[in-house]
Amino acid sequence: MKEFLIRVLVEPKPELLDPQGQAVERALIELGLKNVRETRVGKLIKFKLKAISASQARHKVTEIAQRFLANPVIERFSVEVEEL
Amino acid sequence: MRAAVVVFPGSNCDHDTYYVLKDLLGIETDLLWYRETQLDRYDLIVLPGGFSYGDYLRAGAIARFAPVVQALPEYVAKSRGIVLGICNGFQILTEAGLLPGALTRNISQKFICKTVKLRVENNATPLTQLFEYGEIIELPIAHGEGRYLAPQETLERLKRNRQILLKYYGENPNGSMENIAAIMDETGTVFGMMPHPERNSERIFGTGDGLKIFQSLVGALGFVRV
Repeated sequence: MKEFLIRVLVEPKPELLDPQGQAVERALIELGLKNVRETRVGKLIKFKLKAISASQARHKVTEIAQRFLANPVIERFSVEVEEL
Repeated sequence: MRAAVVVFPGSNCDHDTYYVLKDLLGIETDLLWYRETQLDRYDLIVLPGGFSYGDYLRAGAIARFAPVVQALPEYVAKSRGIVLGICNGFQILTEAGLLPGALTRNISQKFICKTVKLRVENNATPLTQLFEYGEIIELPIAHGEGRYLAPQETLERLKRNRQILLKYYGENPNGSMENIAAIMDETGTVFGMMPHPERNSERIFGTGDGLKIFQSLVGALGFVRV
């Protein structure tokens, strides 16, 4: 068994309004970052996982992300797997 | 008749709901711990408002894996009784896939706690049968994540099947699609609503419209209040 560092990035679906992202973007502009656009606020879920291989780890995490870590009605996600 | 009000870690409207069912309507009611899975003895199961599991990850996302929620699909499949989710309960039912769509952060980014006006969009349902079609009622809302979203085809299906039961009237407090405040599933036995009927069930708290929600359900189940 190897151990992997898993990062699941969850973000609002691109077609959905993200009021949190809008509020952050207004503040970014206020603070001088004038050319900013398309700000979205999501979340990072990070954990360590033992698995046979990176592909097995990715498979398991993707399956549980679909069911639990992200809500497919409103969010999309990506999975990063890094061997430790 | 026997009703259950489910208690999750973080529920905070459980006792108000229990009070309405037990003390105002005289129904045998249990506070049901979230680890219970024996649901068959209940005619009505209410998932109350609150902040189950601190709303961590997403509102309702963790509670939907609680044993009591895992037992709900079977309860619904055999049409044993009625399930009502209020506020956090509604969020749990959408997360569990027992109701379509999702409840997301209010468009204002603020937690909103106030009484709102609602229009009855369908009064031929167990939840709303004691109201007139088109009647304007008043109930309090108290949520940070009440903006109802669903894919367009889901919205069309909800409209076509008349599954939208209450809409915000006059103003849309949270940015919900179609002003949706309450819906039901296709079987007509699972109900979700963001407003809190238990907080307006006595005239001292307002119009008392909330009591009629519970009376409608009890009447629909065939139990006439003595």
